[in-house]
Amino acid sequence: MYVLWRVIVKEFLQLRQDKRIIPTVVLGPVVQLILFGYAANLDVATVPLLLVDQDRSAASRELVDNFVSSTYFELMGVEDAVKDVEPWLVAGRADLALVIGAGYGNAVAAGRSPQVQVIVDGSNSTAASLGLGYANGILQAESARLVATRLQAGERSLIEIVPRVWYNPDLKSRWFYVPAVLAMILMIITMVLASMGIVREKEIGTLEQLMVTPIRSWQLIVGKLSPFAVLGLIITFLVTGIAVGWFGVPLRGSLMLLILMTMLLLLNTLGLGLLVSTIANNQQQAMMGSAFVVMLPQIYLSGLIFPIDNMPEVIQYITYAIPLRYYATILRGIFLKGVGIDVLWPEALALAAFGIGFLALASLRFQKRL
Amino acid sequence: MSEETQNRRLVVEAKHLVKRFGKFTAVDDLTLSVNEGEVFGFLGSNGAGKTTAIRVFCGLLKPTSGMARVLGIDVTDDPEEIKRRIGYMSQRFSLYEELTVLQNLRFFGGVYGLRGKAYKEREKWAIEMTNLQGKEHLQTGDLPGGWKQRLALACAVMHRPKIVFLDEPTSGVDPISRRRFWRLIDEMAGEGITVFVTTHYLDEAEHCDRLALMHAGKLMALGTVSELKEVFSDRAVLEVKCPDIIAALDLMSGQDWVLETSVFGTRMHVVVRNAQEGKRLTLQLLEGSGNAPVEAREIVPSLEDVFIHHIEKEEAAK
Repeated sequence: MYVLWRVIVKEFLQLRQDKRIIPTVVLGPVVQLILFGYAANLDVATVPLLLVDQDRSAASRELVDNFVSSTYFELMGVEDAVKDVEPWLVAGRADLALVIGAGYGNAVAAGRSPQVQVIVDGSNSTAASLGLGYANGILQAESARLVATRLQAGERSLIEIVPRVWYNPDLKSRWFYVPAVLAMILMIITMVLASMGIVREKEIGTLEQLMVTPIRSWQLIVGKLSPFAVLGLIITFLVTGIAVGWFGVPLRGSLMLLILMTMLLLLNTLGLGLLVSTIANNQQQAMMGSAFVVMLPQIYLSGLIFPIDNMPEVIQYITYAIPLRYYATILRGIFLKGVGIDVLWPEALALAAFGIGFLALASLRFQKRL
Repeated sequence: MSEETQNRRLVVEAKHLVKRFGKFTAVDDLTLSVNEGEVFGFLGSNGAGKTTAIRVFCGLLKPTSGMARVLGIDVTDDPEEIKRRIGYMSQRFSLYEELTVLQNLRFFGGVYGLRGKAYKEREKWAIEMTNLQGKEHLQTGDLPGGWKQRLALACAVMHRPKIVFLDEPTSGVDPISRRRFWRLIDEMAGEGITVFVTTHYLDEAEHCDRLALMHAGKLMALGTVSELKEVFSDRAVLEVKCPDIIAALDLMSGQDWVLETSVFGTRMHVVVRNAQEGKRLTLQLLEGSGNAPVEAREIVPSLEDVFIHHIEKEEAAK
């Protein structure tokens, strides 16, 4: 135990001397949070709208009013011909054009199906699909109203969808992304530090020196990794504090559970870092190995950024082998849904199993021989 | 019991030790033994297999075949027990540069389980031995090379090992520090610690009680300095100076009365059977070829001559 203590003390002394560590641990998460909290905002507030009204009837004006008063659209301009739409979309002055052809009013009056064209700038697919969604909603409502009037029936006779979004009622992408930042930051910092910490000792030759001492592998591993676990917990507090205090992300579940689950994640990241360090011979290799072989696939396939449900089925199965996936589910569960271990235990179990597996594998590979 | 005592006398023992990395044989059929309290020099050029052999003795590498025992313990049986009892200092004086002198001592002492009073006592000893009084709180990275080297040695012997393995401890250190370091080694030997040291500085080898000459993984010769020089007992070494040393080397190498030749800067060492006869023939040959003025005198053979003799013999045998 005394040997373990000396290793831990030594690691902390080294960390204190490392001038890059404070910027990495504090600035890294803060910059990432700002990037994801502000810049990577997928919410579309208002869609700039271009109107081509060739009908100019009472009916068409009513439809236009529905768009403008919906608060989803901002009317940017009016054109007479469809061919004049393109310059607006190319210049980005409008994302969506509503084209009401001549005869709309007559069709409505005659009880035929009127046609309306919506042209969307698909180069920004997120904004396009959102704009299209808003437009669809308005047009459906208008269509329902027209049908209702024609049937001379009460609106109740038609199916009306009343959507309720739970856990994130305004569908704020910030709420989706800020917990993701915690997962990514934790993984990147603790894993890179763990792999570099050991590879650096390989490079300067102290690892060889340590291998000739009676120190046990587990003492060296636990001693070297525990300071990084502490750093990981500090990061968790920091990021959670900013997420809740600054970005207003709700922490509906238990902070204690969050900390415990984070410790399970750290088993994974530190185990993977150690595994990389048993393979890499220098810090560049360790960095490259961590970044491209481990971290990027983990982040892409974890569901932190791209929803797993949208992935092809084969890939969806692969995501079960990604520890970060479970942590992502746990994080959103604790932050947004406020659920406890009674719901999250399968994920916690998977995370623990992977973590112990990685650490065991790394310890087996980490021998006191050259 | 008696065998046990005998094993303790032999601190290091190797029999037909072989270490291969793939197809490359780093240590080839090495047989040697080191006695208690000896300063044992392990000599050879880079890549001769010295470091590999030391790593096998320290339990860092598994031998491919053959036997190696340190302090009576077989390296394949219980390398961890060996590690508890030996000291080791690698070529790169592996200290933590961002830690202070004391922090390094405390860490390495702690790894060997030294704590409390026992540690304090050894710390005091280490500071005195390395002459680092007043520098205890300096960062190790700021120390000059010679001081780092002494500190690394102190870290390696904090736990009072019976034997210490030093792998090229003086590489990259200035001559005065080197001399100082060898005084430390002599002191340790005086305290009964066996010192197993590798070097490629031949002048340092003269400090050793016994020497092993390694070349291409093979043991070329083993013995005291004077024993090693005995290979020249029935021959003489001449030092020859002349204007065109390369031409002279080519010319001399072809003569049947010349046993060996080697160049040392602007001079050439020539091994012959008889000093007088050899000198006469050399002068005659070189002056006859117009490579004059020629100077030739008999010298006491150095370890380098011994080394070159063995390597040339080995190369010729191939």
